[in-house]
Amino acid sequence: MADTNTTDRLPPAVRTEALESLLTERGLVKSEVLDGFINRFVNDVGPMNGAKVVAKAWTDPDYRQHLLADGTGAIKELGFAGPQGEHIVVVENSDDVHNVVVCTLCSCYPWPVLGLPPEWYKDPAYRSRMVREPRTLLSEMGLDLDDDVEVRVWDSSAENRYLVLPQRPEGTDDLSEEELAALVTRDAMVGVAKVGAT
Amino acid sequence: MSLTLDIEGPAAPPRLNGELVFDEPWEGRSFAMAAALAEGGHFSWDEFRDHLIAAIARWEADPSGEYRYYERWQEALESIVAEREIVAGPEMDELAAAYAARPPGHDHGENDHHHHDHDHS
Repeated sequence: MADTNTTDRLPPAVRTEALESLLTERGLVKSEVLDGFINRFVNDVGPMNGAKVVAKAWTDPDYRQHLLADGTGAIKELGFAGPQGEHIVVVENSDDVHNVVVCTLCSCYPWPVLGLPPEWYKDPAYRSRMVREPRTLLSEMGLDLDDDVEVRVWDSSAENRYLVLPQRPEGTDDLSEEELAALVTRDAMVGVAKVGAT
Repeated sequence: MSLTLDIEGPAAPPRLNGELVFDEPWEGRSFAMAAALAEGGHFSWDEFRDHLIAAIARWEADPSGEYRYYERWQEALESIVAEREIVAGPEMDELAAAYAARPPGHDHGENDHHHHDHDHS
């Protein structure tokens, strides 16, 4: 680690420790506050927020309209807001269109609804290949799409974060909103998977 | 900038369909420092993002070793605090070097005057 491309670069663990000491000295961070951030993102904010948004859209047509027209506002209505959630655009899958999200430059991701991005989302290979050859990559990730389905790749930016509204699986008419939410996965909301009925 | 996250609490396990958010404790510290400084108005998330993009681009221009996202994150954080004259690079390097030179099993807080007692978990 220390002998990567930057010469004399010390292991990140001591660098973060040193930076935390210096920032603490200056009164800019507090250990408890950092613990709070970490705790919040590890334990509280995760893809279940997004799953609730999706389940509500599946069961409430008015909400769905609102969500597609004003993602940020409709998401905030359910109480989910925060950093990286200022401009969330919701894109809807259909029989003819499949949406998938990437951030080619770094790792922009809608934190308030999906938590922090998984490892593969931040990977250079995902970031470049999802733009170049989305069908192939999706297939490698386990999602085979019919040739007549149009794939739309959304590149996140400082202006927009994207959330995919997956298709509601068949045979779920009797399920409650809560039961539906339990079916929705993070991967489906990034667009690298579909929602299954089980 | 609002960092308010009105969530209903741990309604469901966020790892339900995800892996651990942070592989190592330092990754969480680095993440949280950026979040705390952004919340404190020392820079905006967009400004941090520019530094993160640059740090990732530097690695991709000359890749060596395994790509580790949070190393790039930490590099971005160091560059933005240096740019904003919050913590100068040499001071940061010096203290990190001092920490790296500690013998194994070092006793925190005894030898390094900079050190503040915080949880290393």
